[in-house]
Amino acid sequence: MSIGHTLLGLLESGPRHGYDLKRAFDERFGQDRPLHYGQVYSTMSRLLKNGLVEVDGVETGGGPERKRYAITDAGITDVGQWLAQPEKPDPYLQSTLYTKVVLALLTGRNAADLLDTQRAEHLRLMRELTQRKRGGDLADQLICDHALFHLEADLRWLELTAARLDQLDKAVRA
Amino acid sequence: MTPPDRKGDSPRATTAVALTGTPDATGATDTTDTAGTTSTTGAGTGTGTGTTDASGAATTTRATAATHTATTSRATTATTAPAAWARDLLFGARFAVTGGRQGWARTVLTAVGVGLGVALLLLAASVPSVLGNREERSEARKAVTVSDNMKPGPHTFLYADASTTWHDADIIGSVVRPDGPKAPAPPGVSAVPGPGEMVVSPALKDLLRQDGNKLLRERLDYRIVGTIADEGLRGPAELLYVAGSDTITDTHAERIDHYGDGIDTEPLSAVLILLIVMVCVVLLMPVAVFVGTAVRFGGEQRDRRLAALRLVGADLPMTHRIAAGEALVGALLGLAVGFGIFLVGREFVGSITVWDINVFPADIAPHPGLTALIAAAVPACAVLVTLLAMRGITIEPLGVMRHSAPKRRRLWWRIVLPALGFGLLLPLVGDVSYANDSDINTYQVASGAVLVLIGVTTLLPWLVEGFVNRFKGGPLSWQLATRRLQLSSGTAARTISGVTVAVAGAVAIQMLFAGVRDDFVQTPGHEATDPQVGVSRTVDDAEDARSMISAIRGTPGAQNAVGNIQTSVGKPGADRSRDDGATDQLVIGDCQSLRALARIDRCEEGDVFLRADRDPESFAAAGARVDLTPPGYGDGTSKEHLWTVPASARTVQDQADEPADGFSSIMATPSAVPVSTISYPWLLVRLSLDPAQPDAMEQIRNTAMRIDPTSSVMAYSDIESDDRFDDIQTGLFVGATATLLLIGVSMIVTQLEQLRDRKRLLSVLVAFGTRRSTLAYSILWQTAIPMVIGLAVSLAGGVTLGVILLKMVDRSVRDWSSMAPMVGVGAGVIALVTLVSLPPLWRMMRADGLRTE
Amino acid sequence: MTPAGSLLIGSALRKSYGPTPALDGADFSIHPAEVVAVMGPSGSGKSTLLHCLAGIVQPDSGSVRYNGRELSSLPDRGRSALRRSEFGFVFQFGQLVPELTCLENVALPLRLCGTGRKPAEAQAAEWLERLEVDDVRGKRPGEVSGGQGQRVAVARSLVTRPRVLFADEPTGALDSLNGERVMQLLTDAARDTRAAVVLVTHEARVAAYSDREVVVRDGKARDMAGVL
Repeated sequence: MSIGHTLLGLLESGPRHGYDLKRAFDERFGQDRPLHYGQVYSTMSRLLKNGLVEVDGVETGGGPERKRYAITDAGITDVGQWLAQPEKPDPYLQSTLYTKVVLALLTGRNAADLLDTQRAEHLRLMRELTQRKRGGDLADQLICDHALFHLEADLRWLELTAARLDQLDKAVRA
Repeated sequence: MTPPDRKGDSPRATTAVALTGTPDATGATDTTDTAGTTSTTGAGTGTGTGTTDASGAATTTRATAATHTATTSRATTATTAPAAWARDLLFGARFAVTGGRQGWARTVLTAVGVGLGVALLLLAASVPSVLGNREERSEARKAVTVSDNMKPGPHTFLYADASTTWHDADIIGSVVRPDGPKAPAPPGVSAVPGPGEMVVSPALKDLLRQDGNKLLRERLDYRIVGTIADEGLRGPAELLYVAGSDTITDTHAERIDHYGDGIDTEPLSAVLILLIVMVCVVLLMPVAVFVGTAVRFGGEQRDRRLAALRLVGADLPMTHRIAAGEALVGALLGLAVGFGIFLVGREFVGSITVWDINVFPADIAPHPGLTALIAAAVPACAVLVTLLAMRGITIEPLGVMRHSAPKRRRLWWRIVLPALGFGLLLPLVGDVSYANDSDINTYQVASGAVLVLIGVTTLLPWLVEGFVNRFKGGPLSWQLATRRLQLSSGTAARTISGVTVAVAGAVAIQMLFAGVRDDFVQTPGHEATDPQVGVSRTVDDAEDARSMISAIRGTPGAQNAVGNIQTSVGKPGADRSRDDGATDQLVIGDCQSLRALARIDRCEEGDVFLRADRDPESFAAAGARVDLTPPGYGDGTSKEHLWTVPASARTVQDQADEPADGFSSIMATPSAVPVSTISYPWLLVRLSLDPAQPDAMEQIRNTAMRIDPTSSVMAYSDIESDDRFDDIQTGLFVGATATLLLIGVSMIVTQLEQLRDRKRLLSVLVAFGTRRSTLAYSILWQTAIPMVIGLAVSLAGGVTLGVILLKMVDRSVRDWSSMAPMVGVGAGVIALVTLVSLPPLWRMMRADGLRTE
Repeated sequence: MTPAGSLLIGSALRKSYGPTPALDGADFSIHPAEVVAVMGPSGSGKSTLLHCLAGIVQPDSGSVRYNGRELSSLPDRGRSALRRSEFGFVFQFGQLVPELTCLENVALPLRLCGTGRKPAEAQAAEWLERLEVDDVRGKRPGEVSGGQGQRVAVARSLVTRPRVLFADEPTGALDSLNGERVMQLLTDAARDTRAAVVLVTHEARVAAYSDREVVVRDGKARDMAGVL
């Protein structure tokens, strides 16, 4: 999953200090693995270099540098493209997908569309695997089936999440 | 107890895996941003952990279940057996009333079914009281001559029967003339009507009032002064009147001083008892079959429910007790419904007249002993039938096992019952006589007949199965029906067994009835060209006779009226204290009327003829003296009144093969015989009716009534029969029709239930584009095939039984067509069941059934 | 996928059972020989969509056109005839007539169309063979396994060589292995006979046998082919 895009998405709701960004990220997506400060600053400097964010202001005083970042128009476009792009169907996508759904909700984008797109992408791959399976030998079949079962589990998660979008929206905005 | 519990555990164990496994797996994967091998390992670990957890959880659950089981079994042993019984029965009872809409539907269905049966049984139990009360009132109003020479007194009155017929309705009437002020009034009448007045029954009052009944009003030309109360009537629709008179004399009337009794009613003859026994057996057996079917309503749903109970730990005896409790509630409700139907229904009975029988609601009072028996036997039978029905299945926690399917039906024990029945009946062949005191073995006949009839029903499933299994091919609807019957021929056979009993019994009785009918029914011999109507009356003298004949000739619509007086003559010098002396017949009439009897060429007033072909022992001869008042025909004390047959009397040959009024040895013209001397100068006027005058018959009846209320009018084309015989025949028809309808109802219920069970399948067939007609025909075949087999079996059984019963009374089969009406009713029931099943079939042939529940 | 060249088109279909709409303006189309999966949560109206498309249920409004003919304008008799000859059906369970043998069950649609018993059963036998359940021909549905029964049902649905096969959760009552096998046989046979298949399912693995997916949510259908 892309930390850069996630931080960009978080910035979309308003300019933040690097420290705030880390806290927001940890709260929502970092249950198991909080971000290091270093990760935040290195990512932000990459985004700054690419023109996706700009420095909104610097607070001077004691302690580390406290820059406030704001997202640029290019940044917003980038986030939108990232959200609209289905992930490559792959086992264990959940955390990425979850992040994308939450960000879509936070930024007022259509999360249902996002899920549908992903769903179609999943099914496309499943169709491919099924096709391969029908032509293949037993080994092919077993391998394809393994992938198919995992993809199916993902798909179920997508369906379930789609059914609970309203609930999630409330929770995210709370 | 343990195996089902363990099965029940497995889903719980699976749930445990899911619950413990998921967070772990999520946790493991969340950390890795990289795809491929690592994640696969992660998954493997996840699953591994899950499995371990699962077995742990499963073990725990099982342990809990075991503890639970132990507690339950301890609790079971602690409660005593009767308490457990009561608990299970109550449990079942609760199911009967709290099973939701379907449960209620089933209970109501059973209750209504049993209720109809119970109502019919109560009706049957009321037969003695109905007949008894009718008979009692009928007896109480009879005018019985106690002595021939009662002297007029303050209590006496003259009584003459003045019954008549209005189209097809018999009107019972009497004319009374009190001798003194204390003469009694008939039952139900408050005061004796005066001359020119009458009291009438309510039904007759209505009839008189109707438009178009002018002739009847003219005939009963009395002023209505009152209504006869119920106690004087046999039934509410009886047509009855009592008229007062000051003109009738003891020539035409009896002198009596009270109404009622006097003579015991003659006991029923053995043949009648045989008939009545048969009627009862035939009518009640199908009711029993019906009640048996009714308590099985909804059986399949019940079995599924019991299976669910087995899953949560009920053992087999418990399920049986629960089912028994459920059946008991249905039967008890049915009992209540039955009493309700009976009580409500009998209020309407008064307004119904079936085959001339019509009774007061109050008369329909079931016999207390029989009522108690019904109240006890119906619930007991319900439980018994339920338990018997459950014998063929084992209710397992996961469903119902039927072990009836592979077992072929055996023939031998099914043969036993009818064989036993015939064994009981055959020795009686030729034993039953008409004598009233004939010692007929009622029990032997009844049990023989019952065994034969039950035998027919036990043979039926075997026959249906054997027959139906031969069916192959045919159109689709036929295939659907036959395959269905092949799979469950037992249900079909059970349903139609009631019809079979009713038809077999009714056929047997019809044959017996047709065979002995002539012994009870007097059909006056006549040919098509012969007179159609006879008017008769005792006349005073030749002049009286002449005026009566001319009055009849003058009636509109009367044609070819010919009259003569018929009487008996005795041999002179007979012992007058005995009335069994030799008698001969004398007929007196004008030349024209005598020519109708014999080939007479010359005839003048004053001539006398002798019949050539008279009895060789006849004492009538030219110049012989005969007694015009033979003993037994006069008042017993009167002297001989001798009359000499003129020596000039010529011998003549018979005209017809058998004249309608029998043969007379002596034929005389009126002036040759002193008519007024004859004890009972009975005049019979025979005539034909003008076909162009539709009310000719009523006109004749009016004339006869005007001449004398006591004259009788008889239509030769009518058949007169023994009244009791009529009642039996009537009872049979009413009962058999009602029974067949009842069976029809149960077939409908079974059919609907089957349709409901197949709702989904029907929807699927509709989706496939099945035509309605295909399914409709399949339902028709499904009803018709077993019905036709049933009718065939019942005809065979009924005819055999009928032949044996006829042989018993030493008669041969006279009428093979007697089974036609019953077969017709059977066919009607097939049509009815099919037709009634169609609307629900159309309704269920919709896509709603496809929506998964 | 545009409706042009479509064999069966449902448009703006509305259908209510009681107060709740089962279909609320659903659109659907399928080409000849195309397999379209209809997915969606339970109660979303996918079965109702199938029923409307097959002419089993008349929609409250909207139109269903088969081969250019408007289904709702046909009388019940005509729609039944269409279902007999042009459509085939497979359901999740309870579709085989329990009294008839498997062979007779498969022959049933042909006999409904008026074919005689002998030729109908000969064709039925061929189809049983094709679906690898030749050994159960003489058995009754109650005596065969779920997978065998479902294959018999598939054989029955295809015996009339329908142009559209409606399959409502055809594998719903089967385990994965049997379900997969039934789906392979069903789609192979449908492909061979160039039958279009409307496949209602809630299982993604079953839907993966389709060419295209339509998701029904809240009575509306969404063609997922247009999403990517």
